[in-house]
Amino acid sequence: MTFSDTLRTAVFALRGNWMRSALTSLGVIIGIAAVIVMVSVGQGTQAEIDKMVSGLGANRLDIGSGAANTGGVRGGAGSQATLTDQDALAIREQIPEVQYVAAGTRGNAQLVYGENNWSANWQGVQPDFFEINGWKLANGPGLEAGDYSSAAKSVVIGETIHRELFGEEDPIGQSIRIGKVPFRVVGVLAGKGQGGFGQDQDDVVMVPLETARRRLAGASGSPPGTVRQIALGVARSEDLAYVQEEVAALLRERHHIAAGSEDDFNVRNISEIVATRTQTTRIMSLLLGAVAGISLLVGGIGIMNIMLVSVTERIREIGLRMAVGAGPGDIQRQFLAEAMLISFGGGVIGTLIGVAGALLASKLGSLPVRLDWQVVALAAGCSVATGLFFGFYPARKAAQLDPIEALRHQG
Amino acid sequence: MSVTPIIQTEGLGKVYAAGTEAEVIALENVNLRIDRGEFVSIMGTSGSGKSTLMNLIGCLDRPSSGRYLCDGIDVATLDAEALARLRLDKIGFVFQGFNLLSRMDALHNVMMPLGYAGVPLAERSRRARAALEAVGLGSRINHRPGELSGGQQQRVSIARALINRPGLLLADEPTGALDSRTGEEVLALFKSLQAQGNTVVLITHDPEIARHADRVCLMRDGLLFEDKSHAGAAP
Repeated sequence: MTFSDTLRTAVFALRGNWMRSALTSLGVIIGIAAVIVMVSVGQGTQAEIDKMVSGLGANRLDIGSGAANTGGVRGGAGSQATLTDQDALAIREQIPEVQYVAAGTRGNAQLVYGENNWSANWQGVQPDFFEINGWKLANGPGLEAGDYSSAAKSVVIGETIHRELFGEEDPIGQSIRIGKVPFRVVGVLAGKGQGGFGQDQDDVVMVPLETARRRLAGASGSPPGTVRQIALGVARSEDLAYVQEEVAALLRERHHIAAGSEDDFNVRNISEIVATRTQTTRIMSLLLGAVAGISLLVGGIGIMNIMLVSVTERIREIGLRMAVGAGPGDIQRQFLAEAMLISFGGGVIGTLIGVAGALLASKLGSLPVRLDWQVVALAAGCSVATGLFFGFYPARKAAQLDPIEALRHQG
Repeated sequence: MSVTPIIQTEGLGKVYAAGTEAEVIALENVNLRIDRGEFVSIMGTSGSGKSTLMNLIGCLDRPSSGRYLCDGIDVATLDAEALARLRLDKIGFVFQGFNLLSRMDALHNVMMPLGYAGVPLAERSRRARAALEAVGLGSRINHRPGELSGGQQQRVSIARALINRPGLLLADEPTGALDSRTGEEVLALFKSLQAQGNTVVLITHDPEIARHADRVCLMRDGLLFEDKSHAGAAP
């Protein structure tokens, strides 16, 4: 029997009981639609979180100075300047997994341009700082190698500063004062918007580290050569944990900290904060997928159930078909085709409903939805596989019937 | 005509539930030879083994002992697929209860075996129409079995049995569900089919029916006897 004959016979048999066929495929329709909607919403949420994580810097480590301990009175983190330029250099040289290193210091000062003034944070930075934090220049050449080496009074300003001090004016080349020191604006940063903790990330200016030490840190400044923090960028995020340990070991050695004593620095891993959130969504997606998968399973069992009923009802027909020359293979293919038609038909309709449902969820429910066409194709493929899997047993049962008994069957 | 008989059995036997207490010897040492073009009836009471014999010569079952050559092919060596192919090519069944599919019209019932034979759709339809016309149902091809009389239904099933030109027609109590007048018509149809070169084997319990054949075989307790007295007695 040819493939088209088998299909035609199956379609005929299903049409003969169209209500039952439709109800059976409803199980698959719901299953497939659920898979598509759930996975799309899950992936949308995941993508949202990922975007947030990469904004914070998933591949970075931050080293801060430790707490001062003066006669039992412990200051907060960073109350003692223990990190130096040399530490940053040593990390760069001895831990190859580290891609970017930037030592830095920071403070707060009043900015003045013409009539306007604005209180803002300044940061003294090294070149890798911009890469590690994902800062991009919107305008101007930015800080160049010469600016760092000569401790030039050059400054890169954030979008908020641009707006507050200059308004619509082009700030490049203009001179602003930070505290009492005049600086030349060499760049404007592209806006980042709100940070993960609600702060305005664009309310900041950056100057070369050396410049900050000499001109801005002032008398309250730390001992020469010290820095407030060192930021690291790791090329591959899977190295992060390893690098974190290596850095701690290296610094303990450099700072001559005996085993068992408290570190005079701390290494923080931003992704740790976010990892929990990421994992939560991942578990959510998995759960959603599992629920959808179970409904597909239930749909499949429905198919199997109905196919078994169908085989029992049509035992005489099977016997007759065998008597006139249908082989076991013909019978098996016929019933498999029926099961697959039910599930494939359900799969097609379910896919349409699922895609429509996902789009509707993003439009009306303003849920983060990401329609992955691979998932859609996979779900549709799943429907065929469901028919094949759950149709196999009934079809095999039909094929293994004894023609004599099948012909003699009453009912 | 070929020298190979269409049916040849040698010491054919069938035992059910062999080796258990419920063992039944349904068929014992049956030697039967039917040549092409013959009209043979096999007569016996219920439990005589005639149904078992029909199942065996109809290639629906395999013997426990002995050999059965269907058109020269030893059935014992064939698997279920090959047996099905053999039934498709060589044997047409006519049943007491017609066994038509009620959801299909007469045309599609008759076309059905050709699908398994791999005949193209257009050719199937053409041949099924011709077959229905040949049994006098040319005007009823789109009727479903429920819309046909018993005699008409049996004609449809005869058309179906002949559609793949099997050469051997196996009829199991073909008149059992028909009144005597329609029964006579069906038997006359068998006669004319024989005249066209078909081999007809008629299985029945009724001596009146059996005597329409040229040759009558009697089944009793699993044994087969030739019955010369009945043969050719029918008008």
